[in-house]
Amino acid sequence: MSLVNVTGLTVEFGSLRAVDGLSFRLEQGAALALVGESGSGKSTVASALLGLHRGTGARVGGSIEVAGVDVQEAPDEALRRLRGGKAAMVFQDPLSSLDPYYAIGDQIAEVYRVHTRVSRRAARARAVEVLDRVGIPDALRRSRSRPHEFSGGMRQRALIAMALACEPDLLIADEPTTALDVTVQAQILDLLHTLRQETGMGLLLVTHDVGVAAESVDEVLVMRHGRAVEHGPVAAVLGSPSQPYTRDLLGAVPRVDAPRAAAQVREEPPEVVLEARGLRREFGRGKRAFTAVDDVSLTIHRGETLGVVGESGSGKTTLGRMLVGLLEPTAGQVRYDGHARVGVRPAVQMVFQDPVSSLNPRRSVGESVADPLRARGESDEGRIRERVRELLERVGLEAAHYDRYPHEFSGGQRQRVGIARALAADPRVIVCDEPVSALDVTTQAQVVALLGELQRELGLALVFVAHDLAVVRQVSDRVAVMRRGRIVEEGPADEVYDNPRDPYTRQLLAAVPALDPRIAAQRRSARRELATL
Amino acid sequence: MSAPGASGARQFWRRLRTQRAALVAAVVVALLVLVALAAPLLTAIEGQDPTTYHPSLVDSARGGVPIGSFGGVSAEHWLGVEPQTGRDLFARLVYGARVSLGVALAATVVQVVIGVVVGVAAALGNQWVDQLLSRITDVIVAMPLMIMSLALLAIVPSSFPRPVLVALVIGLIAWGNIAKIVRAQTLTLKELDYVSAARLSGWGSWRVARRELLPGIAAPVITYAALLVPTNITVEAALSFLGVGVKPPTPSWGQMLTAADVWYQAAPQYLLLPAGALFVTVLALTVLGDGVRTALDPRAASRLRVGTGRKREAKA
Amino acid sequence: MSGFGGFALRRLVGAVVTLFAISVIVYVVFYVTPGNVAQITCGPRCSPAQVQQVAEQLHLGDPLYVRYWHFLEGLVAGQDYSTGTSVQHCSAPCLGLSYQSDQQVTELILAKLPVSLSLVFGSMVLWLILGVGTGVLSAWRRGRLTERLLTGITLAGVATPVFVIGLVLMIVVCGQLQLLPFPQYVDFTDDPEQWAWNLLLPWLSLALIEAAAFARLTRAAMLETLAEDHIRTFRAYGVGERSVIGRHALRGAFAPVIALNANNFGSAVGGAVLTETLFGLPGIGQELVHAVNVVDLPVVVGMVLVIGFFVVVANVVADVLYAVADRRVVLA
Repeated sequence: MSLVNVTGLTVEFGSLRAVDGLSFRLEQGAALALVGESGSGKSTVASALLGLHRGTGARVGGSIEVAGVDVQEAPDEALRRLRGGKAAMVFQDPLSSLDPYYAIGDQIAEVYRVHTRVSRRAARARAVEVLDRVGIPDALRRSRSRPHEFSGGMRQRALIAMALACEPDLLIADEPTTALDVTVQAQILDLLHTLRQETGMGLLLVTHDVGVAAESVDEVLVMRHGRAVEHGPVAAVLGSPSQPYTRDLLGAVPRVDAPRAAAQVREEPPEVVLEARGLRREFGRGKRAFTAVDDVSLTIHRGETLGVVGESGSGKTTLGRMLVGLLEPTAGQVRYDGHARVGVRPAVQMVFQDPVSSLNPRRSVGESVADPLRARGESDEGRIRERVRELLERVGLEAAHYDRYPHEFSGGQRQRVGIARALAADPRVIVCDEPVSALDVTTQAQVVALLGELQRELGLALVFVAHDLAVVRQVSDRVAVMRRGRIVEEGPADEVYDNPRDPYTRQLLAAVPALDPRIAAQRRSARRELATL
Repeated sequence: MSAPGASGARQFWRRLRTQRAALVAAVVVALLVLVALAAPLLTAIEGQDPTTYHPSLVDSARGGVPIGSFGGVSAEHWLGVEPQTGRDLFARLVYGARVSLGVALAATVVQVVIGVVVGVAAALGNQWVDQLLSRITDVIVAMPLMIMSLALLAIVPSSFPRPVLVALVIGLIAWGNIAKIVRAQTLTLKELDYVSAARLSGWGSWRVARRELLPGIAAPVITYAALLVPTNITVEAALSFLGVGVKPPTPSWGQMLTAADVWYQAAPQYLLLPAGALFVTVLALTVLGDGVRTALDPRAASRLRVGTGRKREAKA
Repeated sequence: MSGFGGFALRRLVGAVVTLFAISVIVYVVFYVTPGNVAQITCGPRCSPAQVQQVAEQLHLGDPLYVRYWHFLEGLVAGQDYSTGTSVQHCSAPCLGLSYQSDQQVTELILAKLPVSLSLVFGSMVLWLILGVGTGVLSAWRRGRLTERLLTGITLAGVATPVFVIGLVLMIVVCGQLQLLPFPQYVDFTDDPEQWAWNLLLPWLSLALIEAAAFARLTRAAMLETLAEDHIRTFRAYGVGERSVIGRHALRGAFAPVIALNANNFGSAVGGAVLTETLFGLPGIGQELVHAVNVVDLPVVVGMVLVIGFFVVVANVVADVLYAVADRRVVLA
């Protein structure tokens, strides 16, 4: 008997059909990944397996069988026994997925007691046991902590511990590492791998990241618009995809091991446009003071791209904001064109991370793009409109989009508007702060390509701040690696990526998921070695 | 998802229109405002005014009980007359609506103006300005409105026009919460990328504040103001009930209730009319306020009730 | 819990500063009124000689800050007052002397305080139980008839001024139905049973209005919590609805309820003034209204300060409780 057997599954929310006739099976102990971009319906499938749509107004059709339970027909009581008992779910955001008011050990014990008739004390002991199992140090003491006292990675471990508590046959992991840094992601994926080997439970992994899937599963099901595009063993689907969509998807995924396609060869001595000298920035005062950026010096040349890569909390965003003048440094200076500079100036622009908050929802996108023109003193409405239309077309939008509002655009389109607004100031440098991290891979590739084109055409200098090592390699001439406010390594991109000198850089690179399952296995053992160093 | 092309205001109306209770409340409020505005006209039609004594209509032998059934209801006096004085109840009621609504609205305007100015200044000013204004706001919030206004109203000479005074006192004491909300919202907005982008465009900080920040704080301010109006009506009525708010001969609903418990058997409408008027007005305004809140921000609807800056974001 | 003591201490210091600021504001506002302060303070029946004496005792010839300093001194160390023939010692905390009633303000307040405390705290127990209970019931029966009924009732409660519901209760219960006699305050130490019976209607009047606000808040906070991700987690692990509501959703409403109780304490005190006046309870509220009507300045200032003191203390208690309920506050 299969662990999971789904036939002709459809899920409809009102008139929207999120899942459309999906069928798949998962054998005992096997691992399957549902891979797709946002809106593909993959998370909906995960919820449907536990019957979480019951009573929510969503219409679920087809048949779902999980661990011998007919999810569609089972009475509420049987469904409750299935949830957590035989099939347990790990959610994406570990902070919001735990009750902020109770100790983590108590929350695991509560779940355990739903499924087993044991005393409070025994349940609490079980909680400590599973916390220890997922690698939480000093589990007994830490089990009394509340979720906000844990780091992101520890919280995800705690959620996995909760899932393990009742020894389920199936683990459903919905984007379990999306909110985590790449090194922590690697640890969590390794943990899942080890647990699967030890317990023999089946795994259904939902992810947008092809690399994460390659690291973790035997089989892949690629989804799009609620349907299965391609389904097969992970090596076959990722190695030689048969469907055009899968090929496009894989083609768009940036590779950390591939050199930059169009590396520029420069002849003349490069001209320095922006320079950071001994930049330092502190936040808070007294005991709570901490240094976000510490003694950072950088030079940015005309027409080149400098990649700044680091994990969360490395200070890369603070550095970016100081470079454009939105934040004043505590010490050190930013020099533009050889002169020290205070405050913002139009020649140094920024493209922001969040396509939702970077445009004023109450103003038309044309007005937002026109801002730099008007601020410069241009008052001829005709000329302003003309220039804005030109810019919108240049970034791949339509001139007629002038009067539309931000909510009418997709994330990728909004990011294009943001680029057009930066261009309107006729900048020489654009600092891009995580410009593509909120976008799907195919959109990501398009925006990255657009930035490259504009750079060549206009001779712009780009500072590309990102956490994604592969994207940074794809766009950068030179790369700076940041950790805890300092630059640990800086150099030409290929050199840093192929021959990293700093141990932290090596650790980062080893943590990046590989698309090839065999390489992934090699990396895993390499990580173990690095960890034992 | 919102419909394409819908601007903020249009979206607001569309969302408000889908709430039946809020619509009914809006109609009631509109009627009340109309009655208040048309008070002289309405009393002219009745042929009465709110201040003339009619000693002939009350039975002085029985302590001033209105003569006639139902407290002296007649063609001349639609809702009867006041015990003891014989003043026309209908006239006092509609003129009372003027006082209630007028005082409450004026007080709200004062609260909103002070609150917005202080809140925005605290959020945009430097650390010292913020510290100072926030401490002042804390003190203001800690002052019990009823007690302070009760005491303040006692010392101002009675030559000062009373309704204006009541509105001013309420407005000057109870702006703390709105300042806190505005400060919190402005601080949130200030960190948004589009505000940074506007600064990068080269605009000065005044222009950025006006174009990018102020529209963003409008929604919470309107929402909170809509809930302040009914509160202010209640406070004015309470002060007048205690005899320190609006004083005779100016009519006010709260003041009419002062002596009502003595007369409830002889002239029940003397109690029921102002009590009912207060109830209906406050209820309609509250329902309308809820509707406005839901229409402006369906998600934050439940959050704003306690939006006094106490709820802090969890920091990991 | 290491940061907890520091947090509580900061709140306490903040409260002292706030109290100080309130006392300055109140003192300045009331003793810098237009007109002859000594005449107003002494009352309309005072002779010019008496007015002169009052002026001296209030140090009216001195600059404002000196006068305020004398006031503070009296508060901390006590003060002597001569009333023409005899000398009265007003021991600390001395809030001054009512020249109109020839009584010390502190004594006056202490005599009236038990009534007001009985009213406010008894009522608070009622409104918390009624309000939170109704809120939980509404969230539990959400989308059903019960919730709609409760929503309607609480809305009516929010819209009714306290003196209106008090009037109606008094007329119906004491007047028409004659279930209870018209309330007359009996001291707790004299007869606890009579104390409770006589306070029942005042308690109810004040509590019903406040409870409505709490019911609305509790319901809203619980519904908001129910929409959060962690509730989904527990549902996905087979935790039943009873536990989801009673354990997780209710816990989310704790902190907001505490915050509202502090926030509304000031308005509840205002409501208590109305209730005392309405039912003729001899508390500080009734005394304040009387003092305001005869413009007895020392009494008004003293009362406002004492009430302000209670409101500020209630706020500190709420802040600390809030931090206990939601530890994240301490870290922020």
